[in-house]
Amino acid sequence: MSSNGFGFDIKGLSEGELIICLSGRLSVDHLDKMLLFIQDLFSRYRLSSLKIDLKDVTYMDSAGALFLIEIDRESKNRNILCEIINLKKEQKGLLELIDRDAYEKSFQETKKTGLNFVEYIGYGLINFLDDMKNVIAFIGMLIIKIVSSLASIKTVRWDDVLVYMKKSGVDGLPIVGLISFLLGLIMAFMSSLQLKQFGANIYVPALLAIAMIKELGPIMTAIIVAGRTGSAFAAEIGTMKVNEEVDALIVMGFDPIKFLAVPKVFAVMFVMPFLTIFSDLFAIFGGFIVGVLGLDLTVHTYIQQTLKAMNIFDITTSLIKSITFAVLIAGIGCQRGFEVKNSAEEVGAATTSAVVSALFIIIFVDSMFAVVLSYIR
Amino acid sequence: MMREVAITVENLTVRFKDALVLHNVNLNVFKGEIFVILGGSGCGKSTLLKHMIGLYEPEKGRVIINGIDVINADEDKLKRLRKDIGMLFQSSALLGSMTVYENIALPLKEYTGLSDDTIRRLVKIKLAMVGLSGYENHMPSELSGGMKKRAGIARAMALDPTILFFDEPSAGLDPITAAELDLLIKNINNGIGTTMVIVTHELESIFNIAHRVIMLDKEEKGIIAEGDPYTLRKESKDPRVRNFFNRHIPEHLYQTT
Repeated sequence: MSSNGFGFDIKGLSEGELIICLSGRLSVDHLDKMLLFIQDLFSRYRLSSLKIDLKDVTYMDSAGALFLIEIDRESKNRNILCEIINLKKEQKGLLELIDRDAYEKSFQETKKTGLNFVEYIGYGLINFLDDMKNVIAFIGMLIIKIVSSLASIKTVRWDDVLVYMKKSGVDGLPIVGLISFLLGLIMAFMSSLQLKQFGANIYVPALLAIAMIKELGPIMTAIIVAGRTGSAFAAEIGTMKVNEEVDALIVMGFDPIKFLAVPKVFAVMFVMPFLTIFSDLFAIFGGFIVGVLGLDLTVHTYIQQTLKAMNIFDITTSLIKSITFAVLIAGIGCQRGFEVKNSAEEVGAATTSAVVSALFIIIFVDSMFAVVLSYIR
Repeated sequence: MMREVAITVENLTVRFKDALVLHNVNLNVFKGEIFVILGGSGCGKSTLLKHMIGLYEPEKGRVIINGIDVINADEDKLKRLRKDIGMLFQSSALLGSMTVYENIALPLKEYTGLSDDTIRRLVKIKLAMVGLSGYENHMPSELSGGMKKRAGIARAMALDPTILFFDEPSAGLDPITAAELDLLIKNINNGIGTTMVIVTHELESIFNIAHRVIMLDKEEKGIIAEGDPYTLRKESKDPRVRNFFNRHIPEHLYQTT
């Protein structure tokens, strides 16, 4: 046996009495072997008492202590007398460090019973309704603070508004522009595949303009802003909560919603309509490329057909939609941030939730718009 | 001579979810004293502090600071109160997006009508009081732990409040920095007469600066001792109090061998 190994030597004394001389290293490298040894020992021999001699043991760590404790435990379970002899001082110290009772008790902890399917759905529904209540309450409170801020305009933190306008608007322009451009390209191309068969390519510009201005412009922009800005707001406010910065603001007498949320919401409200218009323009430009280069439309025709399809009503409702989305996206982002209490994990969850909830609400509100607008027309 | 009372806590009962944390706590803090709230982990001392400054509303009871009820007073009185108290949070809670200068100037800009130039001078004086002169343009993330605490104190003192609250000021500091902070607290108290309410469990600090302490206990959910720390250490009849001040592990936690 090498000096790094673990060895044992079994000597029987008399009926049912056994002395086991352990040697080498009782360490975590041999824990598997040691535990197998225990199983083997009690199944092979009928014992009434057991002596474990450690005089040849060169090293023992907590795995070794575990080994001895397990032997002692198994012996007690079988009413076998177990004695450990020739312990060195350090080994004794190590064993004494372990609270045996607490160790035993920790196995008796009842496993958490899982929820059955019905309970799971029930809890899910309750949490969802609770959450909806909190979001609605927060957005309501937010609107009150916005109105009261407008009443005392000087109290609004306009420097912060400008910072967030740059982050959510200017910085978001490249990705909004790119995605809208590609969307325009694809839509023009795909629709032309069908319309071509009827010689109806002339309708592509109008189709694209109407689709973008009425629906896709506001929605695509809202989705991108929710992903970029909604998450950023949740993360920023959530982290401030973890750092007790929000508490500090409260103790200094500031209203955290007016201080932190209102500037963000204003910024996104100012910026969304512009982003939406840019989205429409870039998409129309994408369609323009396809139309002029691929569909044999002249530049003049494309532009004329596009302008013919636009009308004030659609453009106005599109901008109203975008402002509504702005309040919802920024509002939910801030609300999720304020919900964070004190861990980094919650910040991550809040960030994700800000985006996902915003997306759901955007689609829902968009359908409401669709229904309402169809009656107005 | 009757000492003037700065803070009164009346029958404070606090519950988190279903667990009772504090039950019928009553105490007075006198003007100008350094009052320390101490106790073992989980005894509710930070909770008590946060209720005293009006961050949370208790289940029962009330807190009165300078004659104003921190939860129920009307807006004008509350605004007056907020100007009169300052707090140093455990993590110093400096606003991460602002420089040290902007952090300290924040309450000044909000509550005083002073010109920018005057505010600049005031901020520089505060920084000079806490030993952070020259750090105006640093961001909080660029400061060490001890420096953050000093900046937090400067901000808490921006409006020269009559009462300062400290939540575990020595937490995470090396012994020397902690001792320097104790000295700063004592000097402010001696120089300006500010009432200080400090939550801590650092024995060194307690013996160094406390005029009067109360000890909270997790099981009692309230105050189990009150008085001068040296006296409590020597003469308290309550073993929990003596164990705390003497850093003595209670009998029943010793391993039986």
